[in-house]
Amino acid sequence: MNNIIKGKKFNWELVVGIEVHAQISSNSKLFSSSPTKFGSTPNSQVSLVDAAMPGMLPVINEFCITQAIKTGLGLKAKINNKSIFDRKNYFYADLPQGYQISQYKHPIVGEGKVEIDLPDGQSKKIRIIRLHLEQDAGKSLHDQSPNKTYVDLNRSGIALMEIVSEPDLSSAEEAAIYINKLRTILRYLNTCDGNMQEGSLRADVNISVKKTGEKNGTRCEVKNLNSIKFIKQAINYEAKRQIDILEDGGNIEQNTLLFDSKLGITKMMRNKEEAHDYRYFPDPDLLPLEIEDKFISDIKNTIPELPDEKKQRYIDQYKLTKYDSSILISEKDTSEYFEKILISNQELKNHTKIISNWIISELFAYLKKDDKQIKQSPVSPENLGKLILLIVNNTISGKIAKEVFEEMYVNKSDPQSIIENQNLTQVTDTKEINKIIEKVLQNNQDKLSEYKNGKNKLFGFFVGQVMKNSNGKANPKIVNELLKEKLN
Amino acid sequence: MKIDKKTILKIAKLSKIKLKENEIEEFANNLSSILDWVEQLNETDTDNIEPLNNVSSSKLPLREDKTVSNNSSNQVLNNAPEKVEEYFIVPKVVE
Repeated sequence: MNNIIKGKKFNWELVVGIEVHAQISSNSKLFSSSPTKFGSTPNSQVSLVDAAMPGMLPVINEFCITQAIKTGLGLKAKINNKSIFDRKNYFYADLPQGYQISQYKHPIVGEGKVEIDLPDGQSKKIRIIRLHLEQDAGKSLHDQSPNKTYVDLNRSGIALMEIVSEPDLSSAEEAAIYINKLRTILRYLNTCDGNMQEGSLRADVNISVKKTGEKNGTRCEVKNLNSIKFIKQAINYEAKRQIDILEDGGNIEQNTLLFDSKLGITKMMRNKEEAHDYRYFPDPDLLPLEIEDKFISDIKNTIPELPDEKKQRYIDQYKLTKYDSSILISEKDTSEYFEKILISNQELKNHTKIISNWIISELFAYLKKDDKQIKQSPVSPENLGKLILLIVNNTISGKIAKEVFEEMYVNKSDPQSIIENQNLTQVTDTKEINKIIEKVLQNNQDKLSEYKNGKNKLFGFFVGQVMKNSNGKANPKIVNELLKEKLN
Repeated sequence: MKIDKKTILKIAKLSKIKLKENEIEEFANNLSSILDWVEQLNETDTDNIEPLNNVSSSKLPLREDKTVSNNSSNQVLNNAPEKVEEYFIVPKVVE
């Protein structure tokens, strides 16, 4: 893909790497038994360990280890048999320990990769450097009072996976696709719910620019972005800012930036006079984490079919296009919905394209309008399958099916009963259709003579009239055939 | 190893400690002599020896993913110098 950015003087390329902080789905925290429920009363999920009272000791949650390994396997990464927890020291009001327990030199998961599908149909491999386990900090609220900060430690100590990519991304769009793909993988694995509004998935984005063919420039890091829209805005803003500085003969200073989502700009964090000095050292309260191969292979057996494999299967087995497949697999719930239709209506197995169209255009449009997820769809997969079956075996026309679908959506009813109640079954009886055609021709003598005098495009008019007179129930294919016979 | 004044000020800042002018000199001397003493360890050849993370021979104990709500929020907030509703209140810290 061509990702050249034209500046005033030179052509530039963008170099982006992303650190994703993904909250592990678990009942309790990484090193304490406090619950992790989102939206609880402030400071109600804080044990004495999370509040870092003197003498408290961390005890690791085995399930969080399993989740990290599972994610590592989903990223086709190397799982390290030995990893070490370190203290990352910094001072902040929402970090009661005065340090974050993290993994520095020896992370639990090593190099992996994520394949992303670009809009031009190409695939691109994004290399993962590492995944490590760490604690989340508490939450500071700065807008409650003019001169005070409010601190809620509920989040303090919740398990995070930091997933670090190589700077393999070359545009804001690629970054967005990467985040989406990573989120899909995490959701398939059930290791993180991927909910960006609730902060379960946050990203630090490293951005630099370079002239084509030259070395990477100095990078800036934009911290704590919690939506894909902001990630794209921050990257595009930073690219322009850095190019402007360089083209005016300036230098980029390596800085940590914050994104102002109201103004859509990046800003320097205030205390930059001193670079952070985290003074990492192995946490004396925690022994090295040693994992046996058996433990890893047991987890491997629980890995479900992942998005890439599912997509390939949809292409091979269901003969769907790459585009349709990637939409159907992008959310696990969507693919489950699709597969339920096939399971409940075996006769549809050669009509996957129609099913896919109905989900992607009709169902999605309705759900989007009501801001509903596919799991909350009033139309069950079984019923949508029945409806599609009625189209496929010519009981109803596609047009009527859309009306029936609306009724199914609004009243949660099944298609068969709607069709019977409203007498919508498609008319395929040639006698009956011929009667309607006679009537239409009789009522439109003028048009008929115009047609006979060579105005061929009136054919469509007659088809329309016949369909209208049948209340949309006539089979359009039969109408066409019969009309042709009659008129020619 | 000689610890200079600049390093002492940096350590003080990282530790959130204020030092008086005369203390800077004092700490510089103290820390320098401590480091000199510790540097004797450099005489030992540690090539090809893995760093020791812990002297214990036991394994990292693991915990089941079960929650325990012991409603310690009162206890936790009891130590807050200031609280409003259920929040800790601290001086404004905006970066």
